[in-house]
Amino acid sequence: MTLVLALVLVPFLAGLVLLCLRSELARRWVVVTVTAAVCAWCIALACQSSPLNLGELPVSRHVLDPIMMALEALLGIYILWVGLRARHFLIVGLMVAQGAVMVWLESMGGAGLEGGRVLFVDKFSVIMALINGLVGGAICLYAVGYMREYHTEAHPEVPDRRPFFFALLFVFMGAMFGLVFADDLPWLFFFWEITTLCSFLLIGYTQTAEARKNALRALVMNLAGGLTFALAMAWLYRETHCLGLQALIRTGHAAALLPAALLCFAGITKSAQCPFSSWLLGAMVAPTPVSALLHSSTMVKAGVYLVLRLAPVITGTKVGLMVASVGGVTFLIGSLAAITASEAKRVLAWSTVANLGLVVLCGGVGTSQAVWAGVLLIVFHAVAKCLLFLCVGVVEHKLHSRNIEDMSGLVLYMPHVAVMMLIGMAGMSLAPFGVLISKWAVLRAVVDACPLLSVFIVFGSAATLFFWVKWMGKLVEVERPQERAVNEISLDESVALYSLSAVTFLACLLFPLLSAQFVEPYVAGIYGQSGSLGQGNLFIMALLMGVVMLFPLSFLSHGRGVTLVEPYLGGANIPGSPRFSGSGGAVERVVLHNYYLGGVLNQTRLSRTGEVWGAVLLAVMIAFAIL
Amino acid sequence: MNPWLRFLLFLVAAPLAGGLLAGWDRRITARMQSRRGPPILQPFYDVLKLWQKQNLAVCAAQNYYVLFYLLLVIFTGGLFFAGSDLLLVVFALTTASIFFVLGAYKASSPYSFVGAERELIQMMAYEPMVLLTAIGMYMATKTFYIDGIAGHGGLLVGVLPGIFLGFVFILEIKFRKSPFDLSASHHAHQELVRGITTEFSGRTLAMIEMAHWYESVFLLGWVWLFFASQPVLGVVMALGVYGFVVLVDNVFARLKWQMALGGAWLATAVLGFGNIIILSFQR
Repeated sequence: MTLVLALVLVPFLAGLVLLCLRSELARRWVVVTVTAAVCAWCIALACQSSPLNLGELPVSRHVLDPIMMALEALLGIYILWVGLRARHFLIVGLMVAQGAVMVWLESMGGAGLEGGRVLFVDKFSVIMALINGLVGGAICLYAVGYMREYHTEAHPEVPDRRPFFFALLFVFMGAMFGLVFADDLPWLFFFWEITTLCSFLLIGYTQTAEARKNALRALVMNLAGGLTFALAMAWLYRETHCLGLQALIRTGHAAALLPAALLCFAGITKSAQCPFSSWLLGAMVAPTPVSALLHSSTMVKAGVYLVLRLAPVITGTKVGLMVASVGGVTFLIGSLAAITASEAKRVLAWSTVANLGLVVLCGGVGTSQAVWAGVLLIVFHAVAKCLLFLCVGVVEHKLHSRNIEDMSGLVLYMPHVAVMMLIGMAGMSLAPFGVLISKWAVLRAVVDACPLLSVFIVFGSAATLFFWVKWMGKLVEVERPQERAVNEISLDESVALYSLSAVTFLACLLFPLLSAQFVEPYVAGIYGQSGSLGQGNLFIMALLMGVVMLFPLSFLSHGRGVTLVEPYLGGANIPGSPRFSGSGGAVERVVLHNYYLGGVLNQTRLSRTGEVWGAVLLAVMIAFAIL
Repeated sequence: MNPWLRFLLFLVAAPLAGGLLAGWDRRITARMQSRRGPPILQPFYDVLKLWQKQNLAVCAAQNYYVLFYLLLVIFTGGLFFAGSDLLLVVFALTTASIFFVLGAYKASSPYSFVGAERELIQMMAYEPMVLLTAIGMYMATKTFYIDGIAGHGGLLVGVLPGIFLGFVFILEIKFRKSPFDLSASHHAHQELVRGITTEFSGRTLAMIEMAHWYESVFLLGWVWLFFASQPVLGVVMALGVYGFVVLVDNVFARLKWQMALGGAWLATAVLGFGNIIILSFQR
């Protein structure tokens, strides 16, 4: 109990402290200490035997609930003020509607809301807490070094509001802990709204016109999700007089279906699924740690967490089918759109959208196999994607560009970062590792439950292959000889990057353990059976992994017995430079440029298509739930 | 037969069979073009000669990628003939191809770079159909294990005609044959030079050739799987499909990548997915 409370409260307190600290050194110490403590507590929590016996809260709910309500009201008033100031009346409208629903719920509730548990911890929450603690912790650590460079070298024009920034990072982390441990829906909603607000403030951190616009877009979309969340609670309360998440999962289909559909809607907005994916792409204007945080450990993961939690309720229903279709469409659209992007962060963003689509698809399918695959996908995606974002941040500061085309020869210029990026990408796309294992499991689950959905997966995964490998190719390709960069990474950044690489690597290596210790018990606890890949396949995968991992060893004999020659350029090479003299003696420079398939695929058209399809599917989903 | 034994058998016999197939390919291609053509064993002579050549490279690391490409192709084919999980085989094959493409990127010459890019487009073009083939076989036999699929009893092509045609379509791409020889032309005088293999020579080029032999045998093994209940018919059909691929190679000119990608995806959607739709309604 203490452990869980500490995980929720300490980041909030750390946030308050950081808000007041002006000294860089002190800030660094607070960040390091709190991060270390949070990581240690998460691991301690993971080591405890399940089921966790939480016992009673030290403070009665009579005291706690009014405090929560008051904070939530303040939050609502602040958002109203933001909406009014920006003259964004959709925000005002959504907030007023949400407020009205909440007030109605409170006036109805009162005594009736008692008796539920505030907190609940099972294996799934532990996994989410681990991701939030370890990955989120690494991001906070990285942010210390990154934000220093950001304000001193890269973007001196941006006002330095670092105390505010770090305070938000930790509040965000604390809210995410609260979100995964909460069982009582009003409490979950409270933390949910905190993450919405934090993401709004963080996206708008630079206060440029674009940042403000994108922050407002994120706010409005997440408020729409917030409204459906509130509606779900109101409906659930009217029907069952009980607002526990676990209770909702255990009720029979009929009463729970509409609230579950509304909650899935909220999850879909938060995890940036198809009609709403533009907010996550807009969020790229924020500094890199924010992107990493939004994409890997918090925020979007909150959305898919909720959808996966509700999987047992919607499985086998038409609502579930619609949720799965939204996920499938998002996966396909996101993967295709990622091909057309040449900006590194944009590629990563689209790939996040796509991978979350796959998780939502798992949630919608909702069989034990699918949920098993979905949880694993969350884990692998979180670590690998975070690593990639943080690497791109470092590269951006050195190259002053985040265009993939400028990363050619990175393996010579920044060898450590390039290798770590390759590890991340291998984790995202190469066969026996992380995300691909999960993709395999997803495919099996989908074929068993609803084979027609597999069409999204087969086309989508072909597209993911293309954009990852061409990026990897750009990193290993060497256009011309290059010197190594001086001071490749700062200390805080390197601690974060190395530990994340290690975590990515270990997660792939120890995946059977991860599955057996955490994912399978959770899935078995709900369905009575769990998904897995079978012993024989695990053995073959280990074999395959062994073969692939031998690859770095081959560099031990680097260059032995090989005569190096100039590449064939279709002309006379000018030695030592990427130039050649062609016909007529004109000297030409060699330019290597990736394909982006611009003539066939168009980002705006793709996202428009996704928005239309997503909106239609969601409307049908709600209609199915009501009928 | 013991799976390990079958793995070993594949390891030894596949390059022989694959080399003979390649020799046969060159022979009938020559006949179609009214030439005499090389002896059937010519591919073996080529590889032996390449093996003895000087080891030239643009980047020292590029050859390791090809070595691992070969290892992984052998691994993939071995898994297939040992009767393992079909989806796992597909993923292993993809990983193998990725190593090849990365090797070509590593070589950092414009021609191999374009070749690598186009090879990726080709992979993107055939991947959905390959996966759908595995899914279709699963739906027809209720197992992903190749042993189970082979021992299923019924003639798979009967329930999976669309998938079979789609699979034959993408085999053209997989064998890098015209009209889909976008990434590696067989004739170095063209705009591509040799595309993806431009900067590989000597022993490394020999390895690419051998990987191709292994891959051919594995792919024809997959064709055989459609006819597994009639083993002899299966062998005949596999050879027939190979002959068909060679014929198409000689009849068509190279297509642009847009056509290759669009055509393959269209074939996948109509033939492959259409078949899956019918199967799922029959359940």
